[in-house]
Amino acid sequence: MVERTAVLERRRSPLQRMARELETGSSANAALREVPFLAQIGLRVVADTPSAAALEAALSGPLPEGVGDVTGLPGDRHVLWLAPDEFLLITPDEADGGDDPVRITDELTAALGELPGQVVDLSANRTTLELRGPRAQEVLDKSCRLDLDPVAFPVGSALVTLLGTVGVVLWRVTPDTWRIMPRSSFATHTAQWLLDGMREFV
Amino acid sequence: MGSPHRLASGGIVDRGTSRTFTIDGRSFEGVAGDTVTSAALANGVLQVGDSIYRGRPRGVMTSGVEEPNAFVRINGEYGESMQPATITELVDGSELTWEDGIGTLDQSVDPAEYDHMHVHTDVAVIGAGPAGLAAARAAAATGVRVMLFEQDFALGGSLLGRPNEVVEGIPAGAWIEDVTAQLEQAINCRILKRTSVFGSYDSNYLIALEKRVEAPGTDGVSRQRVWHINAGRVVLATGAFERTLVFAGNDLPGVMLASAAQNYLGRYGVLAGEQVVVFTTNDSAYGVAADLAAAGASVSLVDSRASAGVDDPASVDVHHGSVAVEAIGSDRVVGVRIAPRDGDIQQTQQLPCDLLAVSGGWSANVNLHSQRQGALHWDDDLLGFVPSGAVRDQSLAGSVTGTYWTDGAVAEGIAAGSAQPDPTTAQERRTGSGTTDGLWLIPSPAGDFDTHFVDLQRDETAAGVVRAVRAGMRSVEHVKRYTSISTGLDQGKIGGVLTIGLLSQLLGEHDMASMPAGQPGQDGAEGGATDRSPSPGAIGTTTFRAPFTPVAFAALAGRARGELYDPARVTPAQARHVARGAEFEDVGQWKRPWFYPQSGEDMNAAVARECRAARTNVAYMDGSTLGKIEIRGKDAPTFLNRIYTNAFAKLSVGKQRYGVMCGPDGMVLDDGVSFRLAEDRYLMTTTTGGAAKVLEWLEEWHQTEWPELDVFFTSVTEQWSTTVVAGPRSRDVIHKIAPDLDVSKEGFEFMSFHDTVLASGIPARIARVTFSGELAFEVNVSGWYGEAVWDDITHAGAEFGITPYGTETMHVLRAEKAFPIVGQDTDGTVTPQDLGMDWVVAKKKKDFIGMRSYARAGHVEEGRKQLVSLFPTDPELRLPEGSQLVTTDNTPADPLDGIAPQPIPMIGHVTSSYRSEALDRTFALALVRDGRTRIGEEVMASFEGRFYPVQIAEAVVYDKEGARRDG
Repeated sequence: MVERTAVLERRRSPLQRMARELETGSSANAALREVPFLAQIGLRVVADTPSAAALEAALSGPLPEGVGDVTGLPGDRHVLWLAPDEFLLITPDEADGGDDPVRITDELTAALGELPGQVVDLSANRTTLELRGPRAQEVLDKSCRLDLDPVAFPVGSALVTLLGTVGVVLWRVTPDTWRIMPRSSFATHTAQWLLDGMREFV
Repeated sequence: MGSPHRLASGGIVDRGTSRTFTIDGRSFEGVAGDTVTSAALANGVLQVGDSIYRGRPRGVMTSGVEEPNAFVRINGEYGESMQPATITELVDGSELTWEDGIGTLDQSVDPAEYDHMHVHTDVAVIGAGPAGLAAARAAAATGVRVMLFEQDFALGGSLLGRPNEVVEGIPAGAWIEDVTAQLEQAINCRILKRTSVFGSYDSNYLIALEKRVEAPGTDGVSRQRVWHINAGRVVLATGAFERTLVFAGNDLPGVMLASAAQNYLGRYGVLAGEQVVVFTTNDSAYGVAADLAAAGASVSLVDSRASAGVDDPASVDVHHGSVAVEAIGSDRVVGVRIAPRDGDIQQTQQLPCDLLAVSGGWSANVNLHSQRQGALHWDDDLLGFVPSGAVRDQSLAGSVTGTYWTDGAVAEGIAAGSAQPDPTTAQERRTGSGTTDGLWLIPSPAGDFDTHFVDLQRDETAAGVVRAVRAGMRSVEHVKRYTSISTGLDQGKIGGVLTIGLLSQLLGEHDMASMPAGQPGQDGAEGGATDRSPSPGAIGTTTFRAPFTPVAFAALAGRARGELYDPARVTPAQARHVARGAEFEDVGQWKRPWFYPQSGEDMNAAVARECRAARTNVAYMDGSTLGKIEIRGKDAPTFLNRIYTNAFAKLSVGKQRYGVMCGPDGMVLDDGVSFRLAEDRYLMTTTTGGAAKVLEWLEEWHQTEWPELDVFFTSVTEQWSTTVVAGPRSRDVIHKIAPDLDVSKEGFEFMSFHDTVLASGIPARIARVTFSGELAFEVNVSGWYGEAVWDDITHAGAEFGITPYGTETMHVLRAEKAFPIVGQDTDGTVTPQDLGMDWVVAKKKKDFIGMRSYARAGHVEEGRKQLVSLFPTDPELRLPEGSQLVTTDNTPADPLDGIAPQPIPMIGHVTSSYRSEALDRTFALALVRDGRTRIGEEVMASFEGRFYPVQIAEAVVYDKEGARRDG
């Protein structure tokens, strides 16, 4: 039996090799880093159905109600609304005290039982970039067509959108801190695109 | 070095800050706040580059974006051509060249950066003249988000040329400063200068180009920026363009728009001429004459009208009822011949002058309004096309509406900014700025129209318009294209309406019968008058389109150039492929290892080696790019049964099956292997390029046709990293990395899969499936472990000599087995039966997408193209993919020579072509009409004008009995 910590050490996040580049391209105005290995579980259930209720019971909290909504749950867990019947559960890295995504998936799958819906481990499907700083919104405005004004895009909301040509989940966690979640294969391009937009603020 | 025409005071230039520059090698000095033309005029330089076709001397005509003559090339590391000098901010040390109406594209790479910005605002105010400033101020006061766009580098618009006019009780100069200060202090207002809104689209989506000046040359700071603006409301305060008049010699240097002469004086403190004749058809030039006289010029005013709506200016010699019939001079104006408007034009009087300031009336700048299909009408009093009303969620303010007086413009701006109704009545607007004489063509004493210029930039005269009408052109769109009027860089901002006015005089009533309808501003087009007597309103105007002012392609491209042009998708093991020296192939947006050349190897050698390894030993490749979709629901089996042509409902848990999905037309859309994970769960794989399309296909059928089915889909393409281990010794490698797994032939059946934990502790799903015909395993792990497992396989396989292989080897191996690649061997006209895969089309299923089509005559008749293989007679000849195939009896006598004497019916084409290491010769796959009945037949492949004999054979060329898949 291989120690779990030894297994976790062999994980590689999509932007691990760009860490230096991200650091060099960052400044107090706009800083970019990867937040790797968050567990991400895709949930597909129709709201206000027994399926949704089953997952909400297992999660000890409600699923978000509408576009942009994010609910916070015990254990530093969050559920993002992606579509009317599609949600994304995000929990901390197992190595930082979070849970094994496979275990969460199994638990929620069990909670759903025979009911309609789907629970899928998507932890490696996307990675998470964190863009922080007073110019972060401006950096995003270069590539994102959404209204990023705090009134239109309040702290604690998340939207599915395009950054340049890449589909991402964009989540505002503080006024000046954004989480940007591209599919893993697009992570390098997305990071390069953001770094390019940050150059004038370094 | 003095600037002889710069007055000691006046204007908003900074006389203390010198700007030196050269034009055509001559050095000059300007001051901060100058444009190139204001500095040139200050130095007495009136003449610019010659005209484009006729080489006539030309001078500065305007002070804005409508300039037809004064274009400079800004030299430097990257030369920029055809920059209107009238709006080019003077930069210290700039080296400029006058251009003769045409530019040359610098062939070197532009080192400057261009980027884009996307913003939202509640109110977008376009134009910062009196109306725009007032609108922005009023809008900002309501607390909403406001953006003010001004193409100039100074705010104020036309007021800058009239600094002493009183606005809201204070001089215009002070008023501009005051309002600007208020806007700059308002946190909800953003001002973008040097920013031209050039496009206006549905839902108040605007596009603008900003010429940035902050921190030039700093890394990452773009030189130009394209703004994409989503605005709740738009206020168009875009002003108006003054028109010239059409008389002999109206292009001589020294003939200038009256408003431009006023602007150079009022804004830049430059008196362009000392002996000035002002020639006008309306009241607006009276103020110009007064200002020029007050600055010390000797001024005469020639007014075509018998009387004006304003008093004659002091110390100006006024000639009412007279017109200029000819400007005199060779390379600049030295005088003007005037004659009575309604008398004998030979009775001329000559007035000496060094500047002829002309005002032929005003054209409201309705470009952005009309881009949105905003209605226009011709107004006979205003003598111009003006908006009939604003577009939804837009307001109009100031001169763009025909309100040509400042108090009215400010009042309209205040109303527009605060979303109040237009305060000016139609009657007030028609009469508020006096009448304009409809004088479209002034005959010359000589009787010709050869120097009566209508469009100075295109060098087109009234004679050209006459020629167009004589050639039968009636519609303004036809005249435009026949003459090229309005097709220059200025897009007819001055000449467009001049042409229409001219046409109204050249066309007769009988011509109007054949006048096509549908032009903007045309009577009747918007429910107005339908009287077709010749008038500008009966003709209408040409269509206004974006861009309002020129935009470089580089700006539109923005940062999407080079590496950033398109995303390169990579897999978790990408760094390992790079380290192994892989060459990459683009597959959709993916970068896939194509082959891994070793030192001294070319592609053919590398692929041959990789093929040998897979067929005789063991090889591995990165298969992570395949699309993957997890499907769950109690109706998932039913759903897949309908999507795929073959049966999936009865697939056992723990097994996989290859499936083909087709459109309703029965043609192959995509293919792949699906895993049955549980009774209600499948994992579908798709082609690398088809993943997104297939997910949409599934969702579409579920959402629109079968919403009653309990089934959900989630893309998991990047959740999984897949390594394919193929070859007779692959079992040994898999055994080493997954010791808990029974990998024996009996213990691990073909097309089954097992979940296991690898020796590394990493959970994996290992499947037996083959795309090469060899014994092969797919190791699927979380993408987080993709690189680790690649490394573990590399180490575990080292003792067997495991070899990485790329997509080219994969293609060769699968082609030897006639496994088709959707999109390469198929093209949307190919059925599974055509591919020889009748077995994949279920005979007993109730229904599936495409089923009905297989009973149609076109699908069962002879003559369909079928997948076969080809062996060129020359075993070293590799046919180009796409080569056409013809029968031998249709080719010339000597098949290796020449072009066929007549068209030859084609019977098919090559879809894939490789050298087979296993067969030690070349081969190809082809779609051939009735190909399966032609097996053994010799046909000709045609390419590069020659014919090559090839033999048709069964599609599978290697291991036909499938003996190799179990190792």
